[in-house]
Amino acid sequence: MRDFEYEAPRSVADAVSLLSRSGARARPLAGGTDLIDHVRTGRLAPDLLVDVKKIDELNRLECSEAGLRLGAAVPCYRIYGDAQIAARYAALAESCRIIGGIQIQNRASVGGNLCNSGPAGDSIPSLIALEAVCVIAGAHGTREVPVHEFCIGPGKNVLEPGELLVELKFPARRARSGSHYRRFIPRNEMDIAVVGVAASVTLDPKADRITAARVALGAVGPTPLLATEAGRVLVGRPVDSIAIEESARAARAIAQPIDDMRGTVEFRLHVTEVLVRRILTEAIDRARRTERD
Amino acid sequence: MTRKRIVTARINGKEHEFLCAPRQTLLEVLRDVLGLTGTKEGCSNGNCGACTVLLDGRAVDSCLVLAVETEGCRVDTIEGLAATDRLHPLQQAFLEGAALQCGICTPGFLMSAKALLDRNDDPSEEEIRFALAGNLCRCTGYDKIVRAVQATVATTAAGASQGACE
Repeated sequence: MRDFEYEAPRSVADAVSLLSRSGARARPLAGGTDLIDHVRTGRLAPDLLVDVKKIDELNRLECSEAGLRLGAAVPCYRIYGDAQIAARYAALAESCRIIGGIQIQNRASVGGNLCNSGPAGDSIPSLIALEAVCVIAGAHGTREVPVHEFCIGPGKNVLEPGELLVELKFPARRARSGSHYRRFIPRNEMDIAVVGVAASVTLDPKADRITAARVALGAVGPTPLLATEAGRVLVGRPVDSIAIEESARAARAIAQPIDDMRGTVEFRLHVTEVLVRRILTEAIDRARRTERD
Repeated sequence: MTRKRIVTARINGKEHEFLCAPRQTLLEVLRDVLGLTGTKEGCSNGNCGACTVLLDGRAVDSCLVLAVETEGCRVDTIEGLAATDRLHPLQQAFLEGAALQCGICTPGFLMSAKALLDRNDDPSEEEIRFALAGNLCRCTGYDKIVRAVQATVATTAAGASQGACE
């Protein structure tokens, strides 16, 4: 493997300083399950890896009724192991359980999955559906980017050289909300998503009308997609199959999959529609069940 | 050439101090620097699990961990699984159940299975299969491996209840 230097700063300021000095020749290292492979294959050629796992802010995991603050280096196993996250931000926990296998989940982070910016990254549709906001530190201060604007192309995102994703902030979950993430893959586990769908829905006090909805798609475009129209058509609608069908069709309409070894365009468009229907149904069911808590 | 680092880690219960370059993975250091060749290299990219070791008690692909990241950590490899005078129950079950052929995946499977049983002493078949999903085997078809883990659960439970009666 390529020779590189390694530093493990203990503060965001030190990390940003190291990254700014080296610019594009430095990369932050969290779980390393993508990064180390990319360095080995030559896809990335850093001169310096900045290990960010010793920085408190990037290891933060605070979940309550007030919202969720998720440090960028927190590994998947901590996320799905948190009972509050599993209850309130179910789609995120589900994404984390399905990235790779146990060995990967014990190291890989959602922050890293997002920064890797793969079109099929399993955590990203859930982040979009749950309205996460990226908190980014750089030499000139901190900025925030809504997660659906973070990825800009396959493997590309809005981070400038010298910038570091510090955490993801999620708004508090509204009462009677449910979320779900599922993907289609040929096996039961491992694999890369052929189509991934996440949804979050909120119901009115009588649980028969949808008051808020968000649908996100993965692996059917150059980046994960916020299916704005698919969410919009559900707002104010009674919970029934007509509304769900309309949403599924609207989601399919914005999918832009490619033909590759995992599936054809036609197959992926079909599966998108099927999955949106199923995921919305489950999210609605979960929203209903929260009432009884 | 970058300068080498001194790393101290507790490997199979014993403190080890070793020199390594940042680019050397834990897998490379275990095999080439420390001579612990029980951990195998299969794919070098986190797909096959042949390189599975326990890092602070959790199963990881050592091909995706840099050795410098293990400073101050606990590492458990296949060499530490057996007691001095007898095999670990999982090893015994794998042998008796013919849960290996060429054996290259076996150390990884044993470490993943150990990690599972350390946390869950009565896993369902689905839980076993899911816990071992990150380990690939080209020879056996997996069935005997899963049965060996189930047999280990059964013998451990039987042994425990025997002990309780004594």
